Amino acid sequence: MKAWLALLTGLVFGAGLALSGMTNTVKVLGFLDVFGTWDPDLAFVMGGALLVSLSATPWITRWVRPLLADAFSLPATQSIDRRLITGGALFGVGWGLWGYCPGPAVASLAYGYQSTLIFCVAMVLGMWLAGKLHLITSRLND
Amino acid sequence: MEPFLYPVTGGALIGIASVLLLATLGRIAGISGIVWGAIASADRRWRWLFLIGLVAGTALMHIATGITIPAEPSDAPLLLIIAAGALVGLGTRIGNGCTSGHGVCGLGRLSVRSLVATSVFTTTGVVTVALVRHLFGGIL
Repeated sequence: MKAWLALLTGLVFGAGLALSGMTNTVKVLGFLDVFGTWDPDLAFVMGGALLVSLSATPWITRWVRPLLADAFSLPATQSIDRRLITGGALFGVGWGLWGYCPGPAVASLAYGYQSTLIFCVAMVLGMWLAGKLHLITSRLND
Repeated sequence: MEPFLYPVTGGALIGIASVLLLATLGRIAGISGIVWGAIASADRRWRWLFLIGLVAGTALMHIATGITIPAEPSDAPLLLIIAAGALVGLGTRIGNGCTSGHGVCGLGRLSVRSLVATSVFTTTGVVTVALVRHLFGGIL
C-alpha cells in the first residue's frame, strides 16, 4: 500500500510538472528573465500548487498521525542561518544557468535527452560533495 | 484553453501530490531530499517508487494530452550543464530543499525558513539569468 502510494504520488507530481511547463527550460529561463522579456506564466504553477497546499496542509498536520505511517516526518529545523542562505543562493545560480530545479530535472529523464542525464548525475555528485565538505547539518528522516 | 490554465492546473496537480504524500506517508514531497534519500537513506523503496512515478507521470501526461515535448537545448557547453547540475545538488543539500520542499510544501506549512529560502533562490536565479543574458550576453 505504502509502495503504491509513493508511485501514485510520483505519477501525479510528474504529470503536474509536464502539464505546467516546468520541464521546459525555455519557459523556466523566460520566467526568471525578469529584466528581459519576462514570461510570467510559471508564476501560476506556484499559485496553483499553493492554493492546494495552503488549504490542506494546516489541517493535515493537526492529525495525530498520517494515514499510513506511525508519525509525520517533518523538518524540525526552524533557524534561518548561513547554511540556508548559502545553499539557497547556490541552488538559484544553478537553476538560472540551465533552467532545471530537481523535480523537473528528474521528470525530464522521460524525454531521453543525454544532457538531462548529465545534469542529474552532476546534481547527485553535488549533493554528495556537500556531505564530503561537511556543509550540512541535518540528517535524513529514515 | 487559456494559456495560464496549463500552469495553474499543473501546479494544482503538484499541490495534490504533495498533500497526498503528507496525508498518507507523513512525508514532505521535496524532490531534492527524495533524490538524495533514494541513494543514501536506509528507507529507499518508497523514494525510488516516487521517482519512477515522477518520470512515468511526465511521459503519460505528454502521451495523454499531446503537449509538445520540450526540445533539448543543443548549443550549450558540457561544462555549463555539469556546473549547473552540481550547483543545484550542492545548494539544495546545504539549504535543505528546493522549489518543491521549500516552495510548495514549506510555504504550505507557513514556514518562515522556507519563505526565506524560496526568496533567496528565486532572487539568485533571476540575477543569474540577467547576468548571463544581458550583461555577458552570448558568452554562455
